[in-house]
Amino acid sequence: MLEAFMEFFRQLADDYPRWNFIFFHEPRQWARIVKGLQYTLWLSIACVLLSVIIGVVGAWMQNSPSKWVRGIVQGYIQFFRNTPPFVQLLFFYFALGQFTPAVTGPDGWTEIPIISNVGWAIISLSMFAGAFNVEIFRSGIEAVPESTQEAADALGFTRLQTYKDVVLPLAFRVSLPALNNNLVNLVKTTTQAIGIAVPELLYQCVSIWNDYPSALYPTMLLLFVSFIILVGVLVYGMHRWEHKMRIPGYGG
Amino acid sequence: MNQSAWTDDQPIVSIKDVHKSFGDLEVLKGISMDVMKGEVVCIIGPSGSGKSTLIRCINALNDIQSGSIEVEGIEVNDKQLNKLELRKKVGMVFQQYNLFPHKTAIENVMMAPLKVLKQSPAEVEEIARNLIKKVRLEGKENSYPGELSGGQQQRVAIARSLAMNPDVMLFDEVTAALDPETVKEVLVTIKDLAEEGMTCMLVTHEMGFAKEIADHIYFTDRGVIVEHGPPATFFDSAKDERTKEFLSQIL
Ligand SMILES: Nc1ncnc2c1ncn2[C@@H]1O[C@H](COP(=O)(O)OP(=O)(O)OP(=O)(O)O)[C@@H](O)[C@H]1O
Ligand SMILES: [Mg+2]
Repeated sequence: MLEAFMEFFRQLADDYPRWNFIFFHEPRQWARIVKGLQYTLWLSIACVLLSVIIGVVGAWMQNSPSKWVRGIVQGYIQFFRNTPPFVQLLFFYFALGQFTPAVTGPDGWTEIPIISNVGWAIISLSMFAGAFNVEIFRSGIEAVPESTQEAADALGFTRLQTYKDVVLPLAFRVSLPALNNNLVNLVKTTTQAIGIAVPELLYQCVSIWNDYPSALYPTMLLLFVSFIILVGVLVYGMHRWEHKMRIPGYGG
Repeated sequence: MNQSAWTDDQPIVSIKDVHKSFGDLEVLKGISMDVMKGEVVCIIGPSGSGKSTLIRCINALNDIQSGSIEVEGIEVNDKQLNKLELRKKVGMVFQQYNLFPHKTAIENVMMAPLKVLKQSPAEVEEIARNLIKKVRLEGKENSYPGELSGGQQQRVAIARSLAMNPDVMLFDEVTAALDPETVKEVLVTIKDLAEEGMTCMLVTHEMGFAKEIADHIYFTDRGVIVEHGPPATFFDSAKDERTKEFLSQIL
């Protein structure tokens, strides 16, 4: 079965030299794609989660009584929203990366930085998307009536409890469509991790078509299809979630 | 203020010469009143006279500039005030119900005992079911606020407040947003409470209701208490011109 599948693509490559789906008939190339997909998935999941956490915490800090805390959050948003994410990535990796400590590897002489390029990619992309998430959640929070929070206050809720149990669940529902968009963008932006040699899907694909120019079209096709599926799964999941969170008799 | 110093024979709520301003606007200009345990007090007066503000000051939703408010011996106008202690004693119901729209009726009732008092879920659920029964909403436990009428929502809000087992209940025009037909069901609920001996302070425009259940009526105008007394004397022999005018308009 598998043999026939591979044979088909080997034959296709022979008949049409521009359509060499090399990763479908050469296990070594297939392994590269799988590895790339794993990194892309890992980057996507880690960045989505981290950026949502940044959004939630940032939006909470934006309502802090302290002017300083609010100022810091505002500065963070301005910086990450108004500069190119690719430049941010390079900045994190090449500039900040120099100052992070390194540990000596098992061989006794290589220096392994505590934060790898994958780590920097996750941090930088999460900070980038997180800045937008803070703004997205903030507008959701603003939609929660003051009087609802006051009711929680009158029942003895602390500020944090009110945020966690009343404000956030309501704000989330309002924010979901905008959050959805931002997370879709984030997943697509993981491809720029190629700039610091994170071996994600785009990196692997470029390597393959550099090694085998005849595989250029098929590899690009694979890239498009992979992301369409990946983003499709995310959007489907978000819609399901949105649907589950819908409150009977409330809102649109 | 030492809380154990308070006993039943002292006022449960004691308000002395309270002044409250919003910026330059002085809204309360020296309000004093005492409410005894189990008493039902109605506060009436024209719009903007500071009724809501007074009620909100009692459970520290607004702070005051000077004077003193004591609830069971707890001084509310104190920088060191333990708000949680105060809120365990004082329940509040708002004009706009302010239910949590993402929680069902029973969840609304259960939330504060679970999260704030950290009582066990089984215990809380039992209390909540009884309260839902008490406000006559059996069968609506699992409805969301958006699926309930205004009167039903307001009764959930009352149950939610009672779940904290307060000693004093504050009601701020809780029927003002309701249709005339549903006003009655909420008033019945409040009357039940009053008859059980709950200390109630209510701001209301329902004069008939005030006359029926109040032990004492206060008339406020422009930040002062103009006149007060038990319903019989208050309605029939008001002395002050402003009170008379207000009553003649509303009755
Ligand atoms: N948060 C606030 N900031 C500034 N002014 C306020 C605030 N809350 C109330 N006021 C003002 O204080 C005055 C008294 O308001 P309050 O709500 O206590 O009146 P009320 O007697 O409850 O009136 P109503 O019968 O219309 O509810 C009003 O002039 C109002 O504009
Ligand atoms: Mg009012």
